[in-house]
Amino acid sequence: MSLPLTIIAQGGGFVRSRAGETGCPGNDGICLNWILDHLDRYQTPFIEHVYISVVPVAIGFAIALSLGLLAHRLRWLITPLTGLTSALYTVPSIAAFLLLLPVTGRGNDTAIVALTAYTLVIIFRNVITGLAGVPKDSIDAARGMGLTSRQLLFGVELPLALPEILAGLRIAAATTVGLAAFAYLAGAGGLGRNIDSNITFKGNVLVCGVLLTLLAAALDLTVLTFQRFVTPWRRAASS
Amino acid sequence: MTPPLASILTTFRDAVQFIFEQRESGAGTVRVGGLQEVGHLAANHFAVSFLAVAIALAVSVPIGLWLGHLGRAEFLAIGVANIGRAVPALAIIAFFVAFLGTGFTNITFALTLLAIPPILTNTYVGMRQVDPELVDAARGQGLSEFQVVRQVELPLALATMFGGVRLSAVTVLATATIAPRAGLDTLGTPILSPEVYGEAGQIGAAIVVAVLTLTTDAGFALVQRLVTPKGLKVAGRGGGPSRTWPMSIRRVQLR
Repeated sequence: MSLPLTIIAQGGGFVRSRAGETGCPGNDGICLNWILDHLDRYQTPFIEHVYISVVPVAIGFAIALSLGLLAHRLRWLITPLTGLTSALYTVPSIAAFLLLLPVTGRGNDTAIVALTAYTLVIIFRNVITGLAGVPKDSIDAARGMGLTSRQLLFGVELPLALPEILAGLRIAAATTVGLAAFAYLAGAGGLGRNIDSNITFKGNVLVCGVLLTLLAAALDLTVLTFQRFVTPWRRAASS
Repeated sequence: MTPPLASILTTFRDAVQFIFEQRESGAGTVRVGGLQEVGHLAANHFAVSFLAVAIALAVSVPIGLWLGHLGRAEFLAIGVANIGRAVPALAIIAFFVAFLGTGFTNITFALTLLAIPPILTNTYVGMRQVDPELVDAARGQGLSEFQVVRQVELPLALATMFGGVRLSAVTVLATATIAPRAGLDTLGTPILSPEVYGEAGQIGAAIVVAVLTLTTDAGFALVQRLVTPKGLKVAGRGGGPSRTWPMSIRRVQLR
């Protein structure tokens, strides 16, 4: 699980290389020309940020969906699982990164473990409410047609709950992109390190902020497109 | 490559010791840690967070009540939460530091911006959730619009509103950890300066931040339960009010 992390070895090199420069960057300005010339410096951190955002969301989705389906069958599990995932969500991300350090060591793995834990509550809740919101009539009709409970779940309940479940996935993705900005404290990569290493330089903060916001929006749009694609009946109903 | 259990335990024991006893700093020039310093940092941390949430309350509750009562500007009340989620907390703090400079006022203002979306959205959603028939009945009994808000809608929306305040408080306490970058010493100071405070300082401060946040969250959960009208507790599915993340927010977003 080790992505090429050469950027970590560089550490704060980003700052120091700028200090020698004259003109706009030296004055912490916005410096459009400097940004255009040095955009490549953000490439590796950006790719790392995508990695430490997408992987936790994917793992978290798999875990939370499984837990949600389990709790849908065994109703008594809903309260303890909601409590557990909420408690995980409440621990501040920065604290979680540091508390995991002695156990999982510095690097992307620690970030991924902590960020995965944060996605659970959001997705789990939406799986539960999505499944609970399936119209009783649809379930009765499906039962009347002789569907087994497995067919009922995968053929009727899950598809109808999908918009709610994917809404959770969208929130989880946007939240994870933001929290992953703190992952540098766990020795992981990502744009957070760039921000922190040069926090008074307007151009740097602007580029990182825009890239992070774009990444969150892009992930959101990806899930939304996927949702349109897998729930064609909703388009049919609205047109 | 997981280190053996004994070494993990030693690290955490050292971190807890940092909270209670002073020690030499990394360079050996000053003494760091101990209850006095950690207590001072925790007090700062709590004060700036409290102030930010208080200002956010004063700003967003009246707007949320007003818009919710009128049922207007849903895109604003809901959209602000979406925007708040898309812009990372670190980016907001960094933006303030780079463009407006450091200092107590600036960091408070930045944290206030983070605290506003959940409170505003939950106030709005809480007001919209109130059964319109109840509002009609109240009007039929001759209550003025102000009385309808004060005596009918507000009490019924209070639990959802507190869900938002709770989420805000947790977010702000978590983000105040990076306040040292804006020139204010909080529990983030040992975390962001490992060369002075060492690994024990980092992890010790992380423990205190986590405890502070979990305690605050539990406190709000209790208040949230207390302010839920008895009628709602009986009628509601599964009893208590929705917790940190009211499901209804997305219900509204979906449409």
